Amino acid sequence: MKDIVITPTTRLEGHGKIVVCLDDNGDCNKAYLQIPELRGFEKFAEGRHAEDMPQITSRICGVCPMAHHMASTKALDDLYRIEPTNVAKKIRELVYSIFMLEDHAIHVYVLGGPDFIVGPTAPKAERNILGVVAKVGKETALRVISMRKTLRKTNEMLAGRTINPVIGLPGGVSRPISSSEVEELKRIGNEAVEFALFTLKVFKDIVLSKKEYVDAIASEAYTHRTYYMGLVDEHNRVNFYDGKIRVITPKGNEFAKFEAHDYLDQLAEHVEPWTYVKFPYLKQVGWRGFTDGEDNGIMSVAPLARLNVADGMATPLAQESYEEMFKVLGGRPVHHTLANHWARVIEIVYAAERLRELANDPEIADPRIRNLPSEVPRVGIGVVEAPRGTLIHHYETDNRGVIRKANLLVATQHNAARIALSVDKAARNYVKQGRVDQGMLNMVEMALRAYDPCHACATHTYPGSMPFTIYVYRDGRLIETLRREFR
Amino acid sequence: MTDKPKIAMYWCASCGGCEEATVDIAERILDLTSLVDIVFWPVALDFKEEDVENLPDGSVTASLINGGVRLTEHDHMIKLLRKKSKIVVAYGACSAWGGVPGLANLYRKEELISLVYHETPSVVNPTRVVPERRSIVDGAELELPDVFPYLVPIDQAIDVDYYVPGCPPTADVTWKAIETLLSGRLPPKGSIIGASEKSLCDECPLNQTKPEKILIQDLKRPHQVIPDPEKCLLTQSLLCLGPATRGGCTALCIRARMPCTGCFGPLDPVSDYGAKAASFIASIIDFDDEKSVEEVIDKLPDPIGTFYRYTLATSRLAGRLTEGKR
Repeated sequence: MKDIVITPTTRLEGHGKIVVCLDDNGDCNKAYLQIPELRGFEKFAEGRHAEDMPQITSRICGVCPMAHHMASTKALDDLYRIEPTNVAKKIRELVYSIFMLEDHAIHVYVLGGPDFIVGPTAPKAERNILGVVAKVGKETALRVISMRKTLRKTNEMLAGRTINPVIGLPGGVSRPISSSEVEELKRIGNEAVEFALFTLKVFKDIVLSKKEYVDAIASEAYTHRTYYMGLVDEHNRVNFYDGKIRVITPKGNEFAKFEAHDYLDQLAEHVEPWTYVKFPYLKQVGWRGFTDGEDNGIMSVAPLARLNVADGMATPLAQESYEEMFKVLGGRPVHHTLANHWARVIEIVYAAERLRELANDPEIADPRIRNLPSEVPRVGIGVVEAPRGTLIHHYETDNRGVIRKANLLVATQHNAARIALSVDKAARNYVKQGRVDQGMLNMVEMALRAYDPCHACATHTYPGSMPFTIYVYRDGRLIETLRREFR
Repeated sequence: MTDKPKIAMYWCASCGGCEEATVDIAERILDLTSLVDIVFWPVALDFKEEDVENLPDGSVTASLINGGVRLTEHDHMIKLLRKKSKIVVAYGACSAWGGVPGLANLYRKEELISLVYHETPSVVNPTRVVPERRSIVDGAELELPDVFPYLVPIDQAIDVDYYVPGCPPTADVTWKAIETLLSGRLPPKGSIIGASEKSLCDECPLNQTKPEKILIQDLKRPHQVIPDPEKCLLTQSLLCLGPATRGGCTALCIRARMPCTGCFGPLDPVSDYGAKAASFIASIIDFDDEKSVEEVIDKLPDPIGTFYRYTLATSRLAGRLTEGKR
């Protein structure tokens, strides 16, 4: 007899919903995270001009519009089989580095950082932005605000707009960089590297100097042994903008390395009836449900995954901190979800160094920003590393360049199955004999934040501030409801 | 709680861009918080729905709502905010006109679901599973929220006093809108606030190169031509919607050498933007020589995505197209 109690909270559908099902002993049998919204971008892409897609798809997410803009622009290069000019590639990577730096910094200081800067064992009431300000000082907070403002203003100048950029075109970019702007960029590059090193120092001083924090990162409660996926350059180093997609096994061996154009040979998506999110997995391994290990095709993406799949970083200071992280955490791959925070700081250093390199590139003010396409368009596939992981755009068009079919594999989606594992593990740790420990709310929250899930990309929920409700069922009956409210 | 004016902010089917835009007034936030009390802002502040319910009706000076209405939750929250607020502002293109997600109104919900879960090339779904409103898992009946068949602008669900345009509105536009709301000198109901009263051309750096009367022989799509950066884009056959669009953004896209796509919407708040923009373009096509209008129009295979990119949900066109397909 099913006796589901509909609580008043059911009208708060925007919340992520976590459902915990108990076994006969009242222990957690299985827990589910439901993602409740669907917008259908792939459907209404049909009929649109392909060249409008970088601007249309940037509206998938106002937090990472640049990631969609760039994946889409690269899909257009492929669609028209046109190589962008050298300087166009550099301008794209420059604006992309600025975007990654800014997005990651906000996560470290505002969204995810409170767990670490204030401390994973600190009371929940202090683990927020005010707690961060108290810990690092008001001056630092002002420095973060000022850096964010500088970076966003710079991308408004270079890319037209920060939220919903416009410069991406097949074969190049719409706007060159003037020589007077280069001087300003060089200054910003230096400021960015200083800021990144300062952030690394904050992380080291506050987090890594404390054994209990490092132990928390390495604890089994936040560990899953999955495959990892991310872009690498020709030397197998991390790259956000371009390269091949590399996959490693849970043991750390290379499993696959492929061009974005061949993604359908390697990646597939699984559908469940209880959530709108689709679960990508490795096609050659197969889908075996929600378990980790080598026999199941679940993989993970985002900062830790990128560092795990790469043999190193392309810039010297980032390389140093990359080596340090793997030394402290026991070598590649690291399976601890919370190590994403550390990996994110290392990527901040890389993004800043890359920004400085590109600002000082003698070619960056070259006016030859576009090659005009002449081929008849058919199929275009583009990839970038979004802050939250590998992002693939795939378009098929008629010969007028009008979209017939579109397929999008979004970063947070690639992590969806592993996020489900984390939710399940938290429930198993904290739901015993029919009793739900409030600690589960904290553990779920900390695990989710480490991934920095951007459900805005599939829904409207803001990353890092994901309110959710936990429903506990026994014999199909709702026995308890816990809510983690807006923060 | 002080007697400062109370402001609430809420999001419906939003991408988060409008939230980022409000955060972009960063350095002025301190000024703002000295002028007003923010009583509800789910993205940043720890207030709950109950806190809004407990406010006296009409006690909130202004609620700024972004995103279109797609879920029952959105409908519920904006009706609650309407009841508690003196002024309701539709903030951003989605809230005012449905925005880009409003393009989904070209299709029925079932078509969106079928494509996403059955037809995309990466899906492996031999048993044809789709997300269900209710599904039984381990004996528990799991529920997903009800999604409305179409996305609608908020003024189709509640009474709206003012509109702030843009996808998203810029920091300056946002700040001007807030100043207007707090000034006590309120414009007539239904007004667009924060933005310009003139067309985008008025603030465009290329405006002095725009002739009195434009006539074009051709239409070019942005990937087909490298424009002269010193000349009005329309005169170079690029479809810039500036003349049909309200100003206020300082012509950001044009400064990056890309044409205006109309995210600030119409000058006249009640007009059908897409129809206005399309008829403007039709009026400047010079088909005196051999070319027929059809030949020129053929160069623009997607008029809906071009003219209705942000406003389809306000137009009855979407419904008609869907009916036609059935």
